[in-house]
Amino acid sequence: MTPNPYLWLVPLLPLAGAAINGFLGRRSSKKAITAVALVFCGLAFLLAVVIAARFSSASAPYYFNLAHWLRSGSFQVDFSFYLDQLSLVMLLVVTGVGFLIHIYSVGYMWDDDGYYRFMSYMNLFMFFMLTLVLAKNYLVMFIGWEGVGLASYLLIGYWFTKDSAASAGKKAFIVNRIGDFGFLIALFLMIKHFGSLDFTHVFAAVRPLSPETAGTGLLTAIGLLLMVGAAGKSAQIPLYVWLPDAMEGPTPVSALIHAATMVTAGVYMVARSSVIFERAPTAMMVVAIIGTLTALFAATIGIAQTDIKKVLAYSTISQLGYMFMACGVGAFSAGIFHLMTHAFFKGLLFLAAGSVIHGIGGEQDMRKMGGLRLYMPWTFATMGIATLAIAGIPPFAGFWSKDEILWKAFNASWVYWLIGVITAFITSFYMFRLMYMTFGGEYRGAVVQEAHGHDDHGHDAHGHGNGHGHGEPHESPWVMLGPLVILAVLSVVGGFVGYGNRFEHFLAPVFQGAMEVAQETSHEAVDHTLEYLLMGVSISVAVLGWLLAYLLYSRHPQLPARIAAKLDGLYQAVAHKYYIDELYDAVFVKPLIEGSTTILWHDIDQGVIDAAVNDSADAARHVSDNVRHMQSGNLRSYAGWVAAGGAVVIAYMVWMGVR
Amino acid sequence: MVPLSYYLLLSGILFVCGVLGFLIKRNIITIFMSIELMLNGVNLSFVAFAAHWHALSGQVFVFFVMVVAAAEAAVGLAIIIAVYRTRETLNVDRVNLLKL
Repeated sequence: MTPNPYLWLVPLLPLAGAAINGFLGRRSSKKAITAVALVFCGLAFLLAVVIAARFSSASAPYYFNLAHWLRSGSFQVDFSFYLDQLSLVMLLVVTGVGFLIHIYSVGYMWDDDGYYRFMSYMNLFMFFMLTLVLAKNYLVMFIGWEGVGLASYLLIGYWFTKDSAASAGKKAFIVNRIGDFGFLIALFLMIKHFGSLDFTHVFAAVRPLSPETAGTGLLTAIGLLLMVGAAGKSAQIPLYVWLPDAMEGPTPVSALIHAATMVTAGVYMVARSSVIFERAPTAMMVVAIIGTLTALFAATIGIAQTDIKKVLAYSTISQLGYMFMACGVGAFSAGIFHLMTHAFFKGLLFLAAGSVIHGIGGEQDMRKMGGLRLYMPWTFATMGIATLAIAGIPPFAGFWSKDEILWKAFNASWVYWLIGVITAFITSFYMFRLMYMTFGGEYRGAVVQEAHGHDDHGHDAHGHGNGHGHGEPHESPWVMLGPLVILAVLSVVGGFVGYGNRFEHFLAPVFQGAMEVAQETSHEAVDHTLEYLLMGVSISVAVLGWLLAYLLYSRHPQLPARIAAKLDGLYQAVAHKYYIDELYDAVFVKPLIEGSTTILWHDIDQGVIDAAVNDSADAARHVSDNVRHMQSGNLRSYAGWVAAGGAVVIAYMVWMGVR
Repeated sequence: MVPLSYYLLLSGILFVCGVLGFLIKRNIITIFMSIELMLNGVNLSFVAFAAHWHALSGQVFVFFVMVVAAAEAAVGLAIIIAVYRTRETLNVDRVNLLKL
């Protein structure tokens, strides 16, 4: 443990940027806002790079106690930060990709009225995300955890005048709260049984415990509750429903929060708690099963989506499923590896999609795109690289990490591997479908429009609806293309970090405890021919998916409609996301609203509480209405009342005296 | 020796006469006299009790009451004269400027 006094500056720099822009941005120029937002975010990135350069595994982990927070008897929580190999990876990914997306946002959001608000929220998000990643105890992590939820809510509902955006923000927040509830109970259990929330103390207390083989117990409970939290934040079954709706936010938000960083917080948290999970095999199995199912389930939904961002959203859910699958089989470093490469190529995919949407004036329906490779070659090239990466074509980044996961999954059980490979096939198919529909063929959108002709471009009413009319699709400015190119380079070379298991060895100190247990279970198969065989299988399914997409969406574009017509029921189910939203609506939302309306609102609030107040007021008025006639202002009537009162008193005394 | 109850009965009758006069009469001077009547009704009972219990404090109280009543009469009659000068009436029902 080495102190590092610069750690706390990393999250605080973006917070300063957020505060300056948030309080002063309304009155300052766009140039000043841009400078503040980029400088503070860039400084955080630079600082992260410096910290990384001076990082040595020998002296890790680093820590820094900023201030005391809670002191209650022996229980104490501080504002303390922590840096080991795992948080270093997250730190670099978050600041690096985050900074690129900040630059991109300058171009994308320039014409929006709330530019300063947007930049301020983005910086705020960076602050909370870095707090989450650098936390030394679960409570500070929870601050970041809730904070990124808040930033996500603010940014999804950024165009709050749009009803769909406002409700998507609320949905994301509420669904996340369900997960947070699980997380919170897990924290309470830790406080009760370990008396601390500090990573070092908790893990030290957990390490001597033996795995709970019977399947139940404290660690299993904590593990499952943490997984509930992770499922909410990282959009896993059954709490994934908020992520597709979150696409209502501006596209840079989708790239930053809903692809590269925030949604991976759940994976990070599970990996961080690897010591706990390794001693709770049941919880591990649940993580693996949830991850595997989510990967497959979301991928199949992705096939039939026509909104370019929705495809990417389901793809994100599916890829997050891979990461949980990796964590669930004990391959935490493979999960984190995929988290990193995914941040590169999925961030790139979203930014490129944003560039497409920007270039054709706010349209998101892929059926109205096509042929864009001619209009925006840079976007086409970079998005193509990202697609090759996510599909798992070597040597792009996604191949290395995905293959690592599949290999580890195979060691755990061939079922995980099989579903993973099927998912890889589907992934490759829908991603190349997206490419062919967007960039291949002829442009299908309306090219010539009158000056303000795209006011009903429904979905992404992004900023430049007010200025110039959209004629031809056009390439985006360089402030947007620059980040695309950098991310494309990372998507190409990012995978080599893991060549020869270097990434795994780098993270090994963090997952030390986990490794020991994992080794016992997966010691049989260390056969390299098998590994290469499986690698060949995953490459060939990726190529097969590409070929199928090519056949259906480039060679015979009329075929998909015919297939969809033939498989009508199935197609409808997939296109409607298996009616999960409708199911949740009927099972949870409707009864809740009905119950709240009839019982809580009409019966209890209006019938009991309001009625009690109103009735007593009515009664008081009735009584006063009658009694006020006594006060006539006639002096002699008052005297009469006094006399009568005196008479009554005397009569009473006489009567009492007689008795 | 006249029994105490006779005095008390007379005192009560006087007091009730005063109350009734106060309530019924409109003429402000009559009302004033009714008040004096009530005071004297009470004075009578004070004196009666004082004689009955051989306690001097009752007598002393009566003097106090008479002093206060004399002061009151002086002030009251002055007010009545002032009222009559401005309103040219002694009917209390018509002296009602303060009533809304």
